[in-house]
Amino acid sequence: MAVLSEEQEMLRDMARDWATKESPVSEFRKVRASGEPHAYNSSAYAAMAEMGWAGIIIPEAHGGSDFGFMSAGLVVEELGKTLTASPLVTTTIAAGAILLGGSDEQKAKWLPRLASGETVATLAVDEGAHCDPAAIATSVSGGKLTGRKAFVHEAHGANLFVVAAKDGLYLVEKGDGVSLTTRKLTDQRSHADVSFAGAAAEKLEGGSDSLLDDVLDRARVLSAAEMLGMAQAVFDTTLDYLKQRVQFNQVLATFQALQHRMADLFADLAQMRSAVEAGLQAVDSGFGVARAATIAKAEANRVLHAISNQGIQLHGGIGMTDEFNVGFYLKRARVLEASWGSSSYLKDRFAQLSGY
Amino acid sequence: MPTQPESDVQASEDAFRTEVRQFLAAHFPAELSGTGNMLAGLDGPTNETPVQKKWREAVGERGWGTPTWPKEYGGGGLTKGQARIIEHEFAKVGAYNPIGGMGVMMFGPTLLEYGDEKQKLEHIPPICRGEIRWCQGYSEPNAGSDLANLQTFAVDKGDHYLVNGQKTWTSGGQWADKCFAIVRTDRSDKHKGISFMLIDMDAPGVEVRPITMISGTSPFCETFFTDVKVPKENLVGREGQGWTIGKRLLQHERTNISGGGRLAGMMGQSLADVAKKYCETGGDGALVNKVLRDKIADFEIRSNSFLLTARRAVEESKAQGGVSEISSVLKKVGTKLAQERSELLIEIRGLQGLGWEGDEFGDDELEDVRGWLFGKAATIYGGSTEVQNNIIAKRVLGMLDHQ
Repeated sequence: MAVLSEEQEMLRDMARDWATKESPVSEFRKVRASGEPHAYNSSAYAAMAEMGWAGIIIPEAHGGSDFGFMSAGLVVEELGKTLTASPLVTTTIAAGAILLGGSDEQKAKWLPRLASGETVATLAVDEGAHCDPAAIATSVSGGKLTGRKAFVHEAHGANLFVVAAKDGLYLVEKGDGVSLTTRKLTDQRSHADVSFAGAAAEKLEGGSDSLLDDVLDRARVLSAAEMLGMAQAVFDTTLDYLKQRVQFNQVLATFQALQHRMADLFADLAQMRSAVEAGLQAVDSGFGVARAATIAKAEANRVLHAISNQGIQLHGGIGMTDEFNVGFYLKRARVLEASWGSSSYLKDRFAQLSGY
Repeated sequence: MPTQPESDVQASEDAFRTEVRQFLAAHFPAELSGTGNMLAGLDGPTNETPVQKKWREAVGERGWGTPTWPKEYGGGGLTKGQARIIEHEFAKVGAYNPIGGMGVMMFGPTLLEYGDEKQKLEHIPPICRGEIRWCQGYSEPNAGSDLANLQTFAVDKGDHYLVNGQKTWTSGGQWADKCFAIVRTDRSDKHKGISFMLIDMDAPGVEVRPITMISGTSPFCETFFTDVKVPKENLVGREGQGWTIGKRLLQHERTNISGGGRLAGMMGQSLADVAKKYCETGGDGALVNKVLRDKIADFEIRSNSFLLTARRAVEESKAQGGVSEISSVLKKVGTKLAQERSELLIEIRGLQGLGWEGDEFGDDELEDVRGWLFGKAATIYGGSTEVQNNIIAKRVLGMLDHQ
């Protein structure tokens, strides 16, 4: 764990306390059972916004606390530990996009609504099953945006979309010309293909030439923070289980084969945490963001993949049951691994950034 | 002691900096600039040139090679701040610290803690002057990871011990003057039967045989003790205290091998830069071999997160005022990555990267081959990877002892 400021420690403790008491995995089970396509508890998200979590990266002038991405990551990590379903990550990414590319008017209009939780937002970039920001066909003509975005996270709850078109990023409100086709993925969260048929769109004119990549890097570090929480939770749960489960008259934790596997995972988890925290801190400092974000998500992918698999293996048969939580982490893990850059995409990006 | 006002500290630091600069101007021969300290290495005999000898004597006389050790035993008696000034000023002119080796890194700090006054006065000053080379008599053929299983035995003969047995992996044993050793004085208790004593390498009955390693070098030896007389005054601490003292010394060893060296290796030339020299690249500078490119990126991402972890371990330890629990993973992860890096260098260079000797191979190519081979030791010495895993599982994760 990075060395935190007093405010950051308080924020983290508050998030940990809330997630443990108000949003354990049993709450996610209720969301799943409800069958609601938006797949989160609206009053829970209202409570999160009330605590200021939707405005962590938003400046005070626009109703946020301006604590930055590292602080947002601390909250997201705690929510990831209990698989809390909410549009907090996508809304924060959208706020990040508006902060980077929005005009003063756009910021003044949207940021306070995002911070208060009144508006839920998400990012719509890819048009196929893979992260591929270079392959965008969506176009805008006369302020009307047309195109189809695939597997948009939190699409059902969102009333604002940050949409990538050929010539830049646009803000599109849910309404005329916007239609959703639900895509049920293994994580049982909200995903949909979103069709924009001449929907009213407003361009984010500011930011650098690499605005889309900059926004994707923010998506990468925040998703990586959620993945860090998940990996930590699976590791802790598995370790507890190994200390309780008895076979051959022995607690499993006394078997050296399992001790060494856990030592390996512990080392992987340490590397993942270092990479994720460095990615979040890079966004806040503005220095070396692309590289740090790529490393953060690549390590998050690698380590969560291994830990989610070993979580099942080390739990044995009971890990295969729906009654046990560990399987939920596996299913959410793969969805996040495939979003905003799979391992192979990120390695390719890292090599490109490094000039080979 | 009352704290000095900041301005006084600054003034005294400035004065000391000037003193160090004057010393360097007067004593450091320009021809040695950028060269290394042979004494600190383990893989060569001591053939000092007269110029090197003069430099060693100049530093040794002031105790500046061991700047924070007490003045009464030949150290510099300086503060950590002053030691940093010395380090900094030396580096600026390319001057090496001519005092080093196991005496400085491991034995000296341990003797300062456990030795009696007479032992400290006898053994510490020659270390500070760089006159004596020490070697470590720890491992035995049947006591590697299970070090406490050592069997070299010292029989009490009144005014001396009579020592018989065999040590192995004695680094630099063929060039050492003295050996700090752990030996058994009591067979009835595995740990409490061990004592820490100092043995002259030229005493009758000591025989040293260098071991040729797979890398072709012989930095380690087998050391045989046959009826070697060790005076009682060479026992450090009490009889039976050797395991405690010996473990303390290993902490000094780990502090020294866990830090700089391994990280420096990882920061060496970028693998991608090497690959661009040996392998085809496209117009955009990208490696044409996509599989190799993927392997390099995969390695570099993981070595980046390792370096970030090493930095985090330092920051956390500082903030907590104790050793951070993630420090426990650094040795095993760092050594594994260093080995992977060596293997990738070979893949990048092909057979040109496997040269043993000859002018057709560059110095870097030959060095990397020897480094690749010698690097296999890194996951074995200083507590093997398997021992590190046991430590993490039991001490950090609280998994119970396996029986």
